[in-house]
Amino acid sequence: MTVLEVQDPGMQTTVQDLGRPGFGHLGVSACGAADPLALRIGNRLLGNPDRAAALEMTLHGGRFLFRGAAWFALTGAEFGATLDGLAVPLWNALPASAGQSLALGGAQLGARCYLCLRGGLDGPAVLGSRSTHLPSRIGGLDGRALRKGDALPIGAAAADFTARRIRPAAIANLRPAGDLLRLTEAAQTAHFPAASRARLLAGSWTVQTDSSRMGVRLSGVPLAGPPGGSMITEGAPLGAIQVTPSGEPVILGVDHQTTGGYPKIGCVISADRWRIGQLRPRQNVRFELVSFEHARRVLIEQEESLRPEVLGL
Amino acid sequence: MLAGIVGYNRLVMPGRPAWTQASDDALLAEFSGPPSLENHSQVMALFHSLADSKTEGVKNLHPAYCSLLVVYDPPRWLPKDLIRTLEHAACNPAPEPPPAPRRIDVPVCCDAPFAPDLEPIAAAAGLTLEAAVARLASAAYHVAFLGFAPGFPYLLGLPPELAAPRLERPRIRVPAGSLGIAGAQAGIYPAETPGGWRLIGRTPLRLFDASRDPMSLLLPGDEVRFSLIDARRFEELSGL
Repeated sequence: MTVLEVQDPGMQTTVQDLGRPGFGHLGVSACGAADPLALRIGNRLLGNPDRAAALEMTLHGGRFLFRGAAWFALTGAEFGATLDGLAVPLWNALPASAGQSLALGGAQLGARCYLCLRGGLDGPAVLGSRSTHLPSRIGGLDGRALRKGDALPIGAAAADFTARRIRPAAIANLRPAGDLLRLTEAAQTAHFPAASRARLLAGSWTVQTDSSRMGVRLSGVPLAGPPGGSMITEGAPLGAIQVTPSGEPVILGVDHQTTGGYPKIGCVISADRWRIGQLRPRQNVRFELVSFEHARRVLIEQEESLRPEVLGL
Repeated sequence: MLAGIVGYNRLVMPGRPAWTQASDDALLAEFSGPPSLENHSQVMALFHSLADSKTEGVKNLHPAYCSLLVVYDPPRWLPKDLIRTLEHAACNPAPEPPPAPRRIDVPVCCDAPFAPDLEPIAAAAGLTLEAAVARLASAAYHVAFLGFAPGFPYLLGLPPELAAPRLERPRIRVPAGSLGIAGAQAGIYPAETPGGWRLIGRTPLRLFDASRDPMSLLLPGDEVRFSLIDARRFEELSGL
């Protein structure tokens, strides 16, 4: 079995797949890759099932030694990767031979880069997923971020495989660029004062540095909440924009708490949730309100654009 | 309640939830009224019917005090069709009746080191420490739902005189097993996390273990009672 050895874990590198939906009633969040599109495209590139596990690197990558031959692909944000000193392009399935070292630098655009491997990362699944949930310390490698010296087994896959890449035009719209997130209304949108709703859409917001996979905190002119104050705790969907008592919007990320007691002024549409995972600290964010019908249409179009023949595979 | 439905296009029962679109991939079924056992039993009846129906394209169900969030696959469903299908599932008798509430005994130590916020809560209620702890242990609690963290139970049934607001500044570290109060709610922290609930005791039991079946010690609908233990018994039970 081929093993990937961690020589330098980078800033925060975890094992992620497409998560563990279906356990919300136990308080377990769906978790999974913060940019699931990048993970799925990487897996399609390598002939893996969409939900195969990969490494998710955050803002600054690491260094990884291939102890045996393997096919790999980097997707998501550009981290200026090199394999034994030679530049490695994103969105390419490439071979690595035993003893080669893959080094990644800092994110140049976006926040997360995925190291996908043909055969996927192996290891025990928790509740049907290898995804690491840091807050509850389950999944991945002992529920934690990678450390120097960790050895990750790569799953078996048929040996006959050739180098290939994603057609660049196919992913032009799926890249970390721009600062626009589309949102729909949410459960408490109508309870907010009209001025708060208008300000959310008109304002420019800045991603705070303490944002994480659980949530992205935004600073800007504070938003007044619904009159009457507190609400009854209820289930909260991924992408929901909660407004805290201090008037700060927080976008719920993949590791979010399953229930919440703060009112939700909007919710980022499914087709744009991968962008939440690519938001960088201190970058600006703007919001555009769309209808539920529009959000559904955009998602169906996005799924269409991920078909292997459209990607050029 | 739900049994009063005659047909899904002719809904006549009083306990019918209002459906709202909570996001482009989630519907929220809300029952009107404050958090209560009656209200919550409607949520759980709906939860069990929908969980049993295994409706295609439904990805996650999050029950809470008065609501159920249904996360689904938007390409598979138009919201109005999904609502009709779910209401139909809700009025069909479930293949099995909802499980009878389990009664779970949770040992709790309320000695000072485990209960840093007990004294002010007792004082505010005009009770001695012993009396406050006795009230805590005499009540029956109901697991409304699990949220916040895997296995964290939101409990109904706290004696009203023990209700207390959240801390102004949350603690950076709340030890695993801590029994907390937030307003009229009680809850237990399954793992060490930051937290703003006022701590009045601690259980040595493990609330969540992904390698155990069931993973969560407590499940929605369970009835919980706290039995008081001393620090020595706490140590004996720790790690079991």
